[in-house]
Amino acid sequence: MDANHDYAVLLAALFAIAAGLIGSVALMKRMVLASDVISHLALPGLGIAFLLKGNPLVGGGATLFLGTLLVWQLQKKTELATDAAIGVVFAACLGIGALVTPQEDLLEALFGNFQKLSLAGFLLGTAAVFLVVAFLVGLKDRLVLDLFSPELAAATGVNVARLDLGFLLVFSLTVLVGLRFMGALLSSALIIIPAATARQLTGKMTQFIVAASAISLVSVVVGFLVSTLVFETSTVGPTVVIVSVLLFAMSLLVKKCRAGQPI
Amino acid sequence: MVLRELSFEVYSGDCLAIIGPNGSGKTLLLKALQQLVPHQGEILWSQTAHLGYVPQSIAADRQLPLRVGELLAAKARFLHLADQEMEQVSSELNLKPEFMAAGIGTLSGGQFQKALIAFALLGHPNVLLFDEPTASLDELAEERIYELVHQLQSQQGITLILVSHDLSVVYRYASRVLCLSNDKVCMGSPKEIMTPEMLEELYGAPPKFYRHIQEH
Repeated sequence: MDANHDYAVLLAALFAIAAGLIGSVALMKRMVLASDVISHLALPGLGIAFLLKGNPLVGGGATLFLGTLLVWQLQKKTELATDAAIGVVFAACLGIGALVTPQEDLLEALFGNFQKLSLAGFLLGTAAVFLVVAFLVGLKDRLVLDLFSPELAAATGVNVARLDLGFLLVFSLTVLVGLRFMGALLSSALIIIPAATARQLTGKMTQFIVAASAISLVSVVVGFLVSTLVFETSTVGPTVVIVSVLLFAMSLLVKKCRAGQPI
Repeated sequence: MVLRELSFEVYSGDCLAIIGPNGSGKTLLLKALQQLVPHQGEILWSQTAHLGYVPQSIAADRQLPLRVGELLAAKARFLHLADQEMEQVSSELNLKPEFMAAGIGTLSGGQFQKALIAFALLGHPNVLLFDEPTASLDELAEERIYELVHQLQSQQGITLILVSHDLSVVYRYASRVLCLSNDKVCMGSPKEIMTPEMLEELYGAPPKFYRHIQEH
């Protein structure tokens, strides 16, 4: 084990925490589907970067942020059938991405690959996670008002459209941090599943958000250990997702037991 | 365009009721008054006017894992209100600690409406815009909400702009009535506006409420 390996592990853990935080807000905003699509928007960029032997994160990041602006525009136009439009964008991204990505890199683009990380990469990733946390903590009152009622938030003086854009951007940033680790297909899973799990367990907002982050962290740590020690593979994403899904299933059982219902 | 050629004035201390059939633009008007929707024309508020808004309860997400107290605190912090503001609003509305600690998803319709009113009153508005305050409430809860609003108005001199479908309430509390319909706008005192002929024209059917008035 060397320092570069440790950086990668550390950043994966930081990503997990940010994913839990951002996922819990996305769940409360009822934009889980939209956010799922956002992560797939990285795929065409990843593919082009692999094709041109460029930096995959730059390529993925570029299409990711362009796509985010597109989703934001779609969301504002509520008269448009947003879910249908998002479905089309989703399919288009997968199609284009699969087509342009060289065959030997496709698996990595879709499902990620755990690799060593330079100090510069680690610092960039850490800065991104810090930005995500700072956004959520700094704007938490605005976010609460917007979650409760966008209309009432606007009447109170919150710039709702700008807040939504800010949220989508930090969402994309989180996806980008996890992109190499989890892949374009799975990096949103860690944003959605731990949040859904935590929501089963508590009805209090702070507890919910903290629990989502903790569950996300546990999924990454356990998934990482199982895939490297048991399966001896560097494709960690699928195992992480399976661990998080198992935790979700357990949360359903816990909820049923608490309600005193027979399982 | 839903609303056009609409011009009216509201005076300090008024209770203006906006009535009209579904789709006549009542809620839209309330939003336009707060600059929440794009509109042409001019809306002039007095410099001392400070608005509070109580939207329809369906406009809020009641599934949110949030307590009443946390919701109010978020607004108070966002507007940098002094700590006493929260205490003042809770004592005005007689909000108990259990109420503040309750999750918004566990509140009854009437309690939720009260939470929305508390939210609107934070920051000392002197104009309250009230959208269908008693939609989906039973009569007792409805009565309580109106007593509360009436009390706020008489004690603090709050100006009230109220959208309501409940014509008997409008008749009882409104000082002036603005009626909106697709082809007609009228304004006046409840006695002038709420005649059977006018209401029939407005809603397209004779209102049942008129018979009730006749009995007195």
